[in-house]
Amino acid sequence: MHVSKHIVSVIQNIGHRVIESVWRLGVGSRFFLLVLLKSGTSLRRFNLVIRELYFTGVLSLIIIVVSGLFVGMVLGLQGYETLQKYGSESAVGTLVALSLVRELGPVVAALLFASRAGSAITAEIGLMKATEQLAAMGLMAVDPVARVVAPRFWAGVISMPLLAAIFSVMGVLGGYLVTVVFIGVDQGTYWSQMQSAVDFRFDILNGFIKSCFFGVAIAAIAVFEGYDAPPTAEGVSGATTRTVVTSSLAILGLDFILTAFMFRGVS
Amino acid sequence: MSSENLIEINDLNFSYSTRAILKGIHMTMPRGKVISIMGGSGSGKTTLLRLISGEIRPSAGYVKFSGDVVHELSRDKLFKLRRKMGMLFQFGALFTDLSVFDNVAFQMREHTDLPESMIRDLVLMKLDAVGLRGAHHLMPNELSGGMARRVALARSIALDPSLIMYDEPFTGLDPISLSVIGNLIRRLTDTLGMTSIVVTHDVQKSLKIVDYVYFIADGVIAAEGTPKEVMESTAPFVHQFIHGEEDGPVPFHYSGQSYRQDLDLGDARV
Repeated sequence: MHVSKHIVSVIQNIGHRVIESVWRLGVGSRFFLLVLLKSGTSLRRFNLVIRELYFTGVLSLIIIVVSGLFVGMVLGLQGYETLQKYGSESAVGTLVALSLVRELGPVVAALLFASRAGSAITAEIGLMKATEQLAAMGLMAVDPVARVVAPRFWAGVISMPLLAAIFSVMGVLGGYLVTVVFIGVDQGTYWSQMQSAVDFRFDILNGFIKSCFFGVAIAAIAVFEGYDAPPTAEGVSGATTRTVVTSSLAILGLDFILTAFMFRGVS
Repeated sequence: MSSENLIEINDLNFSYSTRAILKGIHMTMPRGKVISIMGGSGSGKTTLLRLISGEIRPSAGYVKFSGDVVHELSRDKLFKLRRKMGMLFQFGALFTDLSVFDNVAFQMREHTDLPESMIRDLVLMKLDAVGLRGAHHLMPNELSGGMARRVALARSIALDPSLIMYDEPFTGLDPISLSVIGNLIRRLTDTLGMTSIVVTHDVQKSLKIVDYVYFIADGVIAAEGTPKEVMESTAPFVHQFIHGEEDGPVPFHYSGQSYRQDLDLGDARV
């Protein structure tokens, strides 16, 4: 009797959680559509977006530049060590560039962007809600979704692909630094191998498309979690954590799906 | 509706799911007066403000603002109506990413096409009215609690509204700031010809500046009158509230089972 009661409560719990997650997904999707619908103000008054671009994009530059450089250096080092066993160290430029523009650039930059800028967007909107700033704005007949949420969303969407591109460029330079400057691989080989192997449409454009998807996902999750946060200290901290966790999982999940579509069957 | 009254509230009811917050409230708020709404914490005072501003819809009854039933207005009309309302939140609710100047200029920039030079003059005039013209360049985190509330007050009168609602304007202020805010409420109401609604439980300060008082308890109006009338009132609730007595119609103990039962004492003597 006791055991069966326990099993029932476990099943109830699971059911409850599933329903809650689906419900939340629905609310999130509706909010996403609402943000898109109310983006008119952001597009008409683009200076609102530019201001947010500074906070989300420009202030994320340092972490993106440094991480990109180091990831490229490590790729160059590891790639060279492995490739030289087979006498193909000249392909190290190709390895560095393809790894970066196809995968690491968009994915690692997105993970960093979610932690650096996504969490900041959530915390800011959540705190504005907790301190009644959003309510005050509504009472001043200014829609907070149009005035506060949409500019931050679009700033995230615009920043992400640019940051991913900068990440990849820094990675390629990092690889160059280690393999050409320190190890002594021929400079001409590094660049020419890269140039012949990297295809603009297949590699660079697909990487760019990936980073756009990631940008939309991170920005949408960040603004929703902030706007939906319970107006308390725990509420905002929980929402910030959820932004980072959900965005990271969304990035990895989306990356798999997009990679399957983009690169399957491409030799 | 009389043109004397800016707001008329008729048989207003509101409940959160099954819990009734307001039960059949009737009020009239004449133009140019300071009206105070008093009551204990959780008595529905702030809910009443949210009903007047149309943030929430009543379950029955209505609020009329200048002849319009607030909850029947379309979203656009409601937003237009809100331009005639100012609201001072408990802790100011200043926009923390904007300077004092930009906070006061916010509504002017959002709702008018005034040139920036005129906005500058207007903002400085509004800040001068609350004595903070010299602080226009500061950020909200550089202000004291009392200053933040004065800036919020300047912001709420930015578009010369016909109504300002003050939600607990005296909470957490030192005696000087408290007097300053109290006198500003009275002075701005008189000079700008607005109507003010002050939701508060600061009896002593508010009775000095208001024209009429409503007491709300358990979702109904427990008493009403001019400050003189309520000071002299012998009604048990008003007496307890004004004199801050611990026990009375509002009990000290939250209702529950008896003390004896809670301590599992059975028939033993306590």
